Amino acid sequence: MNPYAPVGIFLGVAFLFAVAFSIVPGLAAKKKPNDTKAEAYECGVEPTSDVSGRFPVRFYIVAMLFVIFDVEAASFYPWAVQMHALRTFGLLEMIVFVVVLGIGYAYVWRKGGFQWR
Amino acid sequence: MTVAHVLDLLNTVPWWLVVTVKAVIVLVIVQTVFAYSMLFERKIMAWMQLRPGPNRVGPWGLMQPAADAAKMLFKEDLTPKTADPIIYKLAPFISLICAMGAFAVIPFSESSAGIWGVADVNAGILVIFAITSIGVYGISLAGWASGSKFPLLGAVRSTAQMISYELAMTMSVIGVLILAGTTSLSGIVHAQAKVWYIIPQIFGFAIYIITAVAETNRAPFDLVEAETELVGGFHTEYSGLRFGLFFIAEYLNMITVACIATLLFLGGWNAPFGLTIVPGLIWFVLKAGLFIFMYIWLRTTLPRLRYDRLMNFGWKFLLPAATLNLMVTAAIVAVLG
Amino acid sequence: MILFFALAIVLVASAIVTIVQKSPVYSVVSLLVNFIALAAMYFTLNAEFIGVIQIVVYTGAILVLFVFVIALLSSGIGPFSEGPDRLPKILVPALVATLAAFGFLTYGLTRVPLGTLPAHVTTSTVGDVGKANVFGSVGDFGAALFTTHLLPFEVTAFILMVAVIGVVVLGSDATIAPTHGTHVPKKKSRERESIVKAAK
Repeated sequence: MNPYAPVGIFLGVAFLFAVAFSIVPGLAAKKKPNDTKAEAYECGVEPTSDVSGRFPVRFYIVAMLFVIFDVEAASFYPWAVQMHALRTFGLLEMIVFVVVLGIGYAYVWRKGGFQWR
Repeated sequence: MTVAHVLDLLNTVPWWLVVTVKAVIVLVIVQTVFAYSMLFERKIMAWMQLRPGPNRVGPWGLMQPAADAAKMLFKEDLTPKTADPIIYKLAPFISLICAMGAFAVIPFSESSAGIWGVADVNAGILVIFAITSIGVYGISLAGWASGSKFPLLGAVRSTAQMISYELAMTMSVIGVLILAGTTSLSGIVHAQAKVWYIIPQIFGFAIYIITAVAETNRAPFDLVEAETELVGGFHTEYSGLRFGLFFIAEYLNMITVACIATLLFLGGWNAPFGLTIVPGLIWFVLKAGLFIFMYIWLRTTLPRLRYDRLMNFGWKFLLPAATLNLMVTAAIVAVLG
Repeated sequence: MILFFALAIVLVASAIVTIVQKSPVYSVVSLLVNFIALAAMYFTLNAEFIGVIQIVVYTGAILVLFVFVIALLSSGIGPFSEGPDRLPKILVPALVATLAAFGFLTYGLTRVPLGTLPAHVTTSTVGDVGKANVFGSVGDFGAALFTTHLLPFEVTAFILMVAVIGVVVLGSDATIAPTHGTHVPKKKSRERESIVKAAK
């Protein structure tokens, strides 16, 4: 038996729970739709405009930086688990890794990439 | 019938059936815990604010969760006409399944027969991180699919906040992995038989707690649903039980975080001061309950942060601090073994 | 085996939906399904670390970026405006590329004897939880990555650093003002003006 098979079964059961949660109210709740109810909520007034417009590029930068640093974080897991075996050698390896990435981090900081206004 | 008889009987049942029954039991218990942690929160908040809190439904308001559920069940389920109907309905699903899925690998206690939990896998903590990292789609897709301004703003904010704090959270946990030398949750608890990791990893613990509160979008990091500016945030347009699904997911995430903190830093089901007369499961629940209480305490005490401060704090302080903590931990392990 | 084919069908179907779907958000959702099915397939092959990383990095990070871009750029519901149909033009090169990839894969698979593992590792079973020498486990991965494959690992650090710098360079065009130097960001000066006005 694959040790992850129970996880799969658990997710399946969780899925059924979620389905049950969304079918039951469909049967129980009353439905009286009208146009006003179907309007997007804007504090009581009729929606003044479509949902469009531009977002600060800052959000994209955060998402991109996250992708990069997440890859970095992912490579910490196998290292951490093997730290007792790797000892000083492992430490030196990771110091090189962190220093190289630290240069990138310092660059972003200096250029104001983390500065949120 | 003795315990041994029961175990023999269990061996004759196919394993998948055992797992399915376990999964149902765990999920039902978790839902009950959710319902009562909600009541717990309202009661504690009320006492802290010198109010009686919910006290009408049942003795001490103990039937309040049932009343809330019944109310939600009969509420009309609205879909705005500007919404994308399929993804609008899919989003709360993703949130809830991911929030429930994390409990698949959490060991609650240990007995001679094995682990009290559904699965005890090698990469336990990583599997939890993987499952919960999908949960962010529930929020971002909900915000987009609503076709409305407040949800979109709330979803964008919350996604950016969650991914920023996820990094520091990952880094704060790695210190524990270095000390334990395993990613298995039961292995990490066993490694804490002598000393709980809250002592050598006190900084990692502090960073974990801060980031965990931010990850679950709770006060003082609840900018996602800042009522004064965003109405309800990403779930503004949701009503009825579909809103309830998000609500359940939020509380389940809180409980998951409390369980992880207990397992990684507070020694899981290990008894403190050699009080092994109390079963491990009780200790686990008490320790996790402590974290739920801390969440509520934070909510009643601290005002909401400003968004720019939140982001700066995450990227400029927590991330480097967590990295420094784990490098120092690694250095100590490398020198002392 | 049944699980393998079920996952394979989900994988291929979701990949096709990703390409064919007109609405970009639906494409993202089916890509999400695709990534999760791929991770599930890794888990069935005992490659737990790769499976976890598949989810954490691809669905938890890269696809979030996609959602961000799509949800924010095309905030209005509905597909992008339709461009020219480029499928006929790229059909032949795409087929050739697919066949070539398939050929290489078949060649590679016939060269490596299937079902054999290095001598020092065992496949994971329930009792082995936490041991480092289980094939595909986090520990096994670490032992390999930090001894035999150390150079690629350190090179990765450089690649990531270049990527970080790239992000800032691309994003900094007039939107991120340098925190030092002579250029005063527009918004700040406007704020200052209003403060000055208010003071008057």
